[in-house]
Amino acid sequence: MADEITFPIEAGHIMRFAAAIGDENPIYRDAGHAEATEPGGVIAPPTYAIASAHFDPDVARPLPGRPWRGSGAEPTGTPAGPGTDESSRGLHAEQRFVYHRPVLAGETLTVRRRPGETWTKEGRRGGALSFREQISEFFDADGDVVITATMVGVTTSRAVDQ
Amino acid sequence: MPLNASSLSVGDTHSEVVVENLTRTQIVQYAGASGDYNPIHTDTPFTKEIAGYPSVFAHGMLSMGMTGKMLTNYVGDGRLTAFGVRFTRQVFPGATLTATATVEAIREEDGQHFVDLAVSTTNQEGQEVCKGDASARIDA
Amino acid sequence: MADEVTFPVEAGHIMLFARAIGDENPIYKDAEYAKASEVGGIPAPPTFERVWAHWDPDYSLRPKPGEPWFGSAAEATARPQSADEEDDGGGSGRGLHAEQRYVYHRPVLAGETLTARMRPGKTWTKEGRRAGTMTFSEGIIELFDEAGEIVITATTVGVTTSRAVDQ
Repeated sequence: MADEITFPIEAGHIMRFAAAIGDENPIYRDAGHAEATEPGGVIAPPTYAIASAHFDPDVARPLPGRPWRGSGAEPTGTPAGPGTDESSRGLHAEQRFVYHRPVLAGETLTVRRRPGETWTKEGRRGGALSFREQISEFFDADGDVVITATMVGVTTSRAVDQ
Repeated sequence: MPLNASSLSVGDTHSEVVVENLTRTQIVQYAGASGDYNPIHTDTPFTKEIAGYPSVFAHGMLSMGMTGKMLTNYVGDGRLTAFGVRFTRQVFPGATLTATATVEAIREEDGQHFVDLAVSTTNQEGQEVCKGDASARIDA
Repeated sequence: MADEVTFPVEAGHIMLFARAIGDENPIYKDAEYAKASEVGGIPAPPTFERVWAHWDPDYSLRPKPGEPWFGSAAEATARPQSADEEDDGGGSGRGLHAEQRYVYHRPVLAGETLTARMRPGKTWTKEGRRAGTMTFSEGIIELFDEAGEIVITATTVGVTTSRAVDQ
């Protein structure tokens, strides 16, 4: 994860994000409607901060010529080896957002990420659980924080029993 | 780097492997980027049970998009004047595609030089998946 | 498709689109690099035109809340199609893309707003060995810039087959 990324808030991206989460609120796609609302423009939906991943050069994504753990001809494109099991057993345990003000389309935010706490726990369904917190702060052009996002990831020592 | 009419000959080719071992993830990624969520590209139960295909398969436009990457690498950015293909065979996960442009003609119109290219993209079996042509502005 | 679809060409969208086709050309993600290039800005990749679909309220290949969808959830299902609906193969999953061509009148740059207008072209049928009866239909989409000048002409040929194509 890059320490700092630049995150342009584009109206079209908000529209596609809202469509993907099935949110038909016109504030996400109709500039005319949005202007007449209290925020005064097209705003980012509550979980949109997560889409900053697109602008992070270090986020895992398929890249030309590089191995990828998803399936192509075979169930995995990544050779088995250290880290393979661990990476496929990372789960999203918790996510929190603090909104300092609405984020409007047309803004450019700067995202800074820092590690938070880490802790372990013995779980009945997944063996030893390692939790890791990551805090992302989203700053506007004036340097004021607009969103604080906290992600808690968990790595299990075996696949969680269903 | 734009192409030059003086250094091009009919029959010249430019070839690139545009994807190796195409993943289902990239197909999903393309669905998200393009907005075409037709489930025959991403949804295995639907594709097998309803549509009757052995597997999900790539959007034709994903193959054409990857073929376009080879073209812009060859002719330069913002130089294409036309690009067209026929989708001759489906592209399934695991595909490795090679895109090739072959110079068909070099011409001049009103002082501007153009190249006409035949375009062909083949899979790992050597079967053609897209076939078409493209034209681009080139320098003298 | 709606009669007319107006959409912004956004730099972030071009970056995502280029990534999805595996094109790592810096012109699609680096504004400074793009500015110094011949085109003078971030250009849309050759097949970017299609993204008007995201802005088309009637686009039939995007699931919409509360509307039937063809695909699988708990079960794999087809979608009932009305007779006058543009046939995208949604009933059967057997609509395929047969052909696509573009004429580029000039490069399209990030920051522009385009308007797409579609008109039907020819339709024809053919007997195929691998797919039974094939019904072809052409759609022509013209993209105009804010000055009303045409920038891209896109021609799509769709085919609906009477059975799944033999592999």
